[in-house]
Amino acid sequence: MSNDRALAPSAGRAPASWGLGDGQAIPWEYAAAPESRDVVRLRERYGLFINGRDVDSWDGGSFVSVDPSTEEPLAEIAKATPQDVDRAVRAARRAQRRSWGDLPGRERAKYLFRIARILQERSREFAVLESMDSGKPIRESRDVDVPLAAAHFWYYAGWADKLEYAFPGRVARPLGVAAQVIPWNFPLLMLSWKIAPALAAGNTVVLKPASTTPLTALLFAEVCRQADLPPGVVNIVPGPGAIGMAMVSHPDVAKVAFTGSTEIGKLIQKAVAGSGKALTLELGGKAANIVFDDAALDQAVEGIVNGIYFNQGEVCCAGSRLLVQESVADDLIGRLKDRLATLRVGDPLDKNTDVGAINSRAQLEKITELVASGVAEGAELYQPACDLPDRGFFIRPTLFTNVAQSHRIAKEEIFGPVLSVLTFRTPAEAIEKANNTAYGLSAGIWTEKASKVFAMVQAMKAGVIWANTFNRFDPTAPFGGYKESGFGREGGMHGLHAYVRLEDR
Amino acid sequence: MAGRALARAASPVPSTATGDARIPVLKTYKLFVGGAFPRTESGRSYLVSAADGLPLANACRASRKDLREAVRAARGASAGWAARTAMNRGQILYRVAELMEGRADQFTAEVAAAEGLAVHAARATVGRAIDRWVWYAGWADKIAQVLGSANPVAAPYFVFTVPEPTGVVGIVAPETSSLLGLVSRLAPVLVGGSSVVVLASGSRPLPAITLAEVLATSDVPGGVVNILTGHREELVPVLAAHVDVDGLDGWGIPDDLRTAAEISAADSVKRVARRPAGASDARFDWLDDRATERPEWIAAFLEMKTVWHPIGV
Repeated sequence: MSNDRALAPSAGRAPASWGLGDGQAIPWEYAAAPESRDVVRLRERYGLFINGRDVDSWDGGSFVSVDPSTEEPLAEIAKATPQDVDRAVRAARRAQRRSWGDLPGRERAKYLFRIARILQERSREFAVLESMDSGKPIRESRDVDVPLAAAHFWYYAGWADKLEYAFPGRVARPLGVAAQVIPWNFPLLMLSWKIAPALAAGNTVVLKPASTTPLTALLFAEVCRQADLPPGVVNIVPGPGAIGMAMVSHPDVAKVAFTGSTEIGKLIQKAVAGSGKALTLELGGKAANIVFDDAALDQAVEGIVNGIYFNQGEVCCAGSRLLVQESVADDLIGRLKDRLATLRVGDPLDKNTDVGAINSRAQLEKITELVASGVAEGAELYQPACDLPDRGFFIRPTLFTNVAQSHRIAKEEIFGPVLSVLTFRTPAEAIEKANNTAYGLSAGIWTEKASKVFAMVQAMKAGVIWANTFNRFDPTAPFGGYKESGFGREGGMHGLHAYVRLEDR
Repeated sequence: MAGRALARAASPVPSTATGDARIPVLKTYKLFVGGAFPRTESGRSYLVSAADGLPLANACRASRKDLREAVRAARGASAGWAARTAMNRGQILYRVAELMEGRADQFTAEVAAAEGLAVHAARATVGRAIDRWVWYAGWADKIAQVLGSANPVAAPYFVFTVPEPTGVVGIVAPETSSLLGLVSRLAPVLVGGSSVVVLASGSRPLPAITLAEVLATSDVPGGVVNILTGHREELVPVLAAHVDVDGLDGWGIPDDLRTAAEISAADSVKRVARRPAGASDARFDWLDDRATERPEWIAAFLEMKTVWHPIGV
């Protein structure tokens, strides 16, 4: 493919493809733009954070968190045991009863505002550490994860002394100790989604970060100390999944909040069955991103790319199924392939990187296995010809065409940068295909016709719908799923509801 | 029971008191599925007795297959019911109250017999059940304004959140309060726009079937409400495990079935509503408006949908 053809539009009209998307490398280069790691001072070993103190685990056990872009160890982390969970829950319960629960809302608010401010002040440190530990591009941790995490504390801080306005006619009481288990895809952001509303409502928390991404949670423990948060209000217990089950099963826990896979969510729902514990679940997804023939196609391409390649596609609400109207399918897929060719895959700490490292070897293997299943089942694979680093867990942005609804890549949550393209002819067919899943977390709609937007919004069985945009988040905007994507909402007033018991006034 | 005649459950006035020798026509209590009154496909029935032990009537003992048919009917009616305008849903539920008012004497007699209440107490209970329909009906076009939100995001997007019905909800009705308890749990789910499969009180099922006759002649579309009578230990596990049921109101689930039911419900991530901690089915005061007229009970089977759109020209 020569550059001549790529740069020469034919017949005065933009061609469907600039010729980049034929599997060749982009004909220009970028200089490296690395973000300095110096801002992060890693300790060799991190303890658990229980009752305001950095403590070793009960049996002295530990595990190592690695940088997924280099496979180098970052630090050794104490591995919580069930005994540590018990210690943490008791500390949280004591703090809830003796200090936090009775603290006037306006005072709780001030602590949360402090935390928000400290997160803002130390934002670069958090962003770099997040990218080192999770593999996500610094551009995203810097511009999305950390600012949103701070914004969540800011938003819920203001609610702490205004609960009576959130629940008219009711008095909102805290539930007690919240056990919170979060995933590895947005470690600090998920922490803030969980902790901020819980604390605002007067609960105390025991939080388990994912075992591959514990470091920003442990840096957050330092923030709690800097903010002079009373001991025991926030407790952090890194460890394997079994520790999460010990937390949710603990008899002194009143509230369970989980973000993660539907498979584990069901186990947690079973573990708390019959206990009367309050439960919210934010689980998997297989979102349809629907492009109509009257969409602004270039904008749609950006939205599709943001929908599935943002955070390497390791996003529960990722737009992993592209449903495109048949009449514009060739045009759109051509533009999409061009755009994929310009994505930069590599060092998460490089400010130009669009797609960073997959979070772990296990996750990379899962993605690779599902990609292989797509090929085996007859879908057509496209990957741009970008170079991948020699070390670390990387995969090229992947696009499948000729996908049938029965293919595994159209049904299962891949949690990777893998897009499955299906086509439709009528809006009714788009609705049918979009809702043909047990999941119901998010959906995307692309059309310039407003009435069509709203008709589709009404028809989609999904908790978050992005029309002419995708993957937008804000602390004021409730987020959560329909069907097997879970229940309960995070964000907004609705997010508070998950952390209160309503009594009659 | 041989030789022991079934008492009349439906009349407040014993036939002998009227002095005429007319033989009353007894009612056959059937299931209510898809807007029709089928018998159970299993051909089984069980004898329902009044609180004083007198036999009242035979009720259908619904089977697993009946339950699956009821879920199918509820699913079929679900999209249409959810798509009704809020005002229309409100008017339809208000009409249920209108029709119940006209049959208040019949309900009073049935509730008195079923629950062993004095006639004045039964009449008060029925009156409150009617009022409860009115209270919840009024929420139809208000709940979205109370629970929905416009979200002031920190970027140029117009973002709002609206409640939508959960879909198909299984209701295990209160065991003790055969009519008022049932109405108090049923009305909020209906006004939210979900369709339902109700397991009526096992020991006091007759007022629920008479309520079905009211629903059938009101404007509630067939299949939106389906009511089964039978044995809870047989039906609750099936309802809790059914993957096409989106939500479960477990108020009336007996304690010994509760944990197993909630475990089954998790297999399809059902939304589960429970009795409040410490509340007892037998002693709950359904006449207490504060305790039973709660927008939270509507919200229990609503899904919040957040919609984003960019602002720009």
